[in-house]
Amino acid sequence: MNMELSRRQFMKGASVGIAGTTLGALGFGDIEEAFASSIRPWKLANLTETRNTCTYCSVACGIIMYSKGDLKKGEKADIVHIEGDPDHPTNRGTLCPKGAGLLDIVHAKTRTLYPQVRKPGSDKFERISWDQALDRIARLMKDDRDKNFVAKNADGVTVNRWLTTGFLAASATTNETAWATYKVVRSTGMLAFDNQARV
Amino acid sequence: MTNSWTDIKNTDLVVIMGGNAAEAHPCGFKWVTEAKANRGAKLIVVDPRFTRSAAVADYYAPIRQGTDIAFLLGVINYCIQNDKVQWEYNRNFTNATYVVKEGFGYQDGLFTGYDETRRDYNRATWDYELGEDGYVKSDIDHPRSVWNLLKQHVSVYTPEMVERICGTPKDKFLKVAQMISECSTPTKTMTSMYALGWTQHSKGSQNIRAMAMLQLILGNIGVRGGGMNALRGHSNIQGLTDLGLMSNLIPGYLTIPTEKEPTFDIYMSTRGFKPLRPNQMSYWQNYKKFMVSFLKSMWGDAATADNSFAYDYLPKLDVPSYDVLRIFELMHEGKVNGYFCQGFNPLLSFPNRKKLTAALSKLKFLVVMDPLQTETARFWQNHGEYNDVNSASIQTEVIELPTTCFAEDEGSLTNSGRWLQWHWAGGTPPGEAKHDTWIMAQIFLRLKALYEKEGGAFADPILKLDWRYKDPGEPSPEELAKEINGSAVADVPDPNDPTKLVLQKGKQLVSFAALRDDGTTACGCWIYSGCFTEAGNQMARRSTTDPDGTGAYLNWSWSWPVNRRILYNRASADLNGKPWDDSRKLLWWDGAKWTGYDVPDIGPTMKPTEVGPFIMNPEGSARLFTRGMMRDGPFPAHYEPFEAPIANVLAPKVRGNPAARVFKGDMEQFGDAKEFPYAATSYRLTEHFHFWTKHSQLNASMQPEFFVEISEQLAKEKNIKGGGWVRVWSKRGSVKAKAVVTKRIQPLICDGKTVHVVGIPLHWGFMGETKKGFGPNSLTPYVGDANIETPEYKAFLVDIEPITGPVA
Repeated sequence: MNMELSRRQFMKGASVGIAGTTLGALGFGDIEEAFASSIRPWKLANLTETRNTCTYCSVACGIIMYSKGDLKKGEKADIVHIEGDPDHPTNRGTLCPKGAGLLDIVHAKTRTLYPQVRKPGSDKFERISWDQALDRIARLMKDDRDKNFVAKNADGVTVNRWLTTGFLAASATTNETAWATYKVVRSTGMLAFDNQARV
Repeated sequence: MTNSWTDIKNTDLVVIMGGNAAEAHPCGFKWVTEAKANRGAKLIVVDPRFTRSAAVADYYAPIRQGTDIAFLLGVINYCIQNDKVQWEYNRNFTNATYVVKEGFGYQDGLFTGYDETRRDYNRATWDYELGEDGYVKSDIDHPRSVWNLLKQHVSVYTPEMVERICGTPKDKFLKVAQMISECSTPTKTMTSMYALGWTQHSKGSQNIRAMAMLQLILGNIGVRGGGMNALRGHSNIQGLTDLGLMSNLIPGYLTIPTEKEPTFDIYMSTRGFKPLRPNQMSYWQNYKKFMVSFLKSMWGDAATADNSFAYDYLPKLDVPSYDVLRIFELMHEGKVNGYFCQGFNPLLSFPNRKKLTAALSKLKFLVVMDPLQTETARFWQNHGEYNDVNSASIQTEVIELPTTCFAEDEGSLTNSGRWLQWHWAGGTPPGEAKHDTWIMAQIFLRLKALYEKEGGAFADPILKLDWRYKDPGEPSPEELAKEINGSAVADVPDPNDPTKLVLQKGKQLVSFAALRDDGTTACGCWIYSGCFTEAGNQMARRSTTDPDGTGAYLNWSWSWPVNRRILYNRASADLNGKPWDDSRKLLWWDGAKWTGYDVPDIGPTMKPTEVGPFIMNPEGSARLFTRGMMRDGPFPAHYEPFEAPIANVLAPKVRGNPAARVFKGDMEQFGDAKEFPYAATSYRLTEHFHFWTKHSQLNASMQPEFFVEISEQLAKEKNIKGGGWVRVWSKRGSVKAKAVVTKRIQPLICDGKTVHVVGIPLHWGFMGETKKGFGPNSLTPYVGDANIETPEYKAFLVDIEPITGPVA
């Protein structure tokens, strides 16, 4: 289902075609063959291509990410270039000034890298392990839920709600993440549940 | 969007109002350019600022922010007065002919039934009159027909009144109205492109309704190149809404029960959706199938007919919703202990930052899951004047968890055109960053283990949550997508032939048509059913074929519902099923069935003269009058923003939207025009996306520094120089910025008074690669739309003065 075949065929075709069309049109017929053979293979040809969608607005432009290393083969993959997907019906290969900077946000200096905790009253974060962070979160949730869960309202009606903890979900995550999040959050009885749709 | 980005090429007239597609959605805006270049389409932009969309428009008209309803009802009035109405469409496909109950009225800015103390209406009279047969009475000549009531309701919005309220010069308004009205012929189509410029008002929902009504009057819904096109914000804002990650929602626009609905039977009793006109599909009649299948996907074997499919496991609401404004209000009151932010930066996103900081400081714990270091996760950290807090006095425990970004994650996103596009992961996550699915699963499994070990408050919904994934520690995107699509829980034999099965246990469902209300099907989100069938992942399809170049691209990804690309597409043909416009056919009746370029939005063999095109409505028709379905009126009406430079000229005693919720203390924090004379609005820049791109070197280089934008006239009046420093303040806060003095903003004359507009872009904070800066939300008011509580970011009052800037 992936796009690799059609794109690769397109690229092969293009490398032959460039000399024949662009240069030919400019009237450099005689030198085109010599020039074409002097062109170094495109730098991106040895990279892994992956189809993705721009993370910003809801136009949802198709993008192609180029990485050193192939994630699907279990290799470490470092994304070195991102460009618009020329096959995408909406953006036809183009990107806007926001999307043109995608590579810089993937590699932003201010990416979060490790779980951290800021203790009450402190002026700094301290690095902790995932286990420490997750165990602590589960404990905080359970203690608050057990203390404040409302099984029945004043009229004795079963309401099974938990109002003292809330969850703000993210509208740049996938539908699949959203569904997993929905299941977990609703199973606890939380009602303070929202996402960017309202703002 | 009712239509799609690629469909915009089919239009004759684009109206951008309440949005700025050229800057906020540049690659989608290309389709406007296509329509202009290839069809000779025209572009109208109506905006307080001369935006880059306006710069390429055929006609631009200025408008004061927060007065769109007056403008749009003015256009409707113009169409009615000049008989620019697609009559056949309106008589057959809208509720124009229906008779409204006696007693309904509108006076002095209020509809019947207003209760000032509750800021709410008794909506009993906002409904149709039913005949003895139980169906709505239909008679367009009746004095209380929807059409006659509408005609009367909009009559006050004359071109002169529009100019007085909106500040749009009469000749400019008339030019726009005339251009729009030409699209009332069946062969001319207009598209509406809008975004946050309409939603972020205390009457945002009614802004959109006003345009939807105009589009119906022109016959532009359901046709190629037409529609109501919400451009929307984030890449998956549509998906998160569809999946119901909101206080009062269940996936697929089902609703969380209230405490007045203690049993499933009572809950279902108001969701029968009996047709209001003969023969209508009234598709919500299938509600129970969607709901039971959802409950089965949540609680699997624990959801049985005997326990009403675990209906008790769902929390019950005591208020309409615990939306973000309400929860931060409760936090501010000290009534909330814990809060999670997953890829969301509320400290910068929500209004009245001072209140937000005070609220977050009262939490016991805050968990932030994000690929970027957000300001919210650092609300306790002192960043000088940009975040002037005393860390030692803040007792909140904050845990920050690193997540993957789009490039390292696999799954589907739903764009504004409702296309679910699958994408693949291409990069290794940095550091110890993890997928959100892993984090949610790990939190869930640990919480579940604690309940298993210790017991505690009503643990059943947690212990019995269906979590049968191959690796419970990290459900795969494919497993989750299949669950959203739905599958058969049991074999279902064919009632006509017991040797055959209607459904085979474990098989993926073909679409929501297969859903059942007896617990034999499970489906996470009914409107997404069909996205991942036995034929595979439909969202991963990437065929660029587009027969006859209609722009539908039926085999590129998958669109909800059932891969339909234009909603209400049956309305693209007349009562007999013949396309309104032969050059722009979409769907037609071939004598036996519906056929065409799109998946029919109607039963494929339902006769055109019998079944109406708006199949979700019990009427089968679209609503010019919304009955009691919106809190603030069955028709839109002009209300000023809560902070407005002039009083409501139609109803001077009414402040803001009379049905909008205002918390105690917030009303006192609204400023008035005497103290704060300038009309401010927030906006976005081409080079930035919310608070993310300030972390990207490229974007930070392009727009490095916070500024505010004012007119040359205001600059002169206040002695402000371009590039000089200013202080801008509202009743809630103060910011410092460089002034950009432009011709893009011009003063308006409203009700005889000069109104200066101050533009405040959104994108700055104290983290990332840009210079530190403020944003509009240090200033914005804490009040939301009456129906869905979207804050009023787009219209508020400020004052401005020149100051001496910091030493460089």
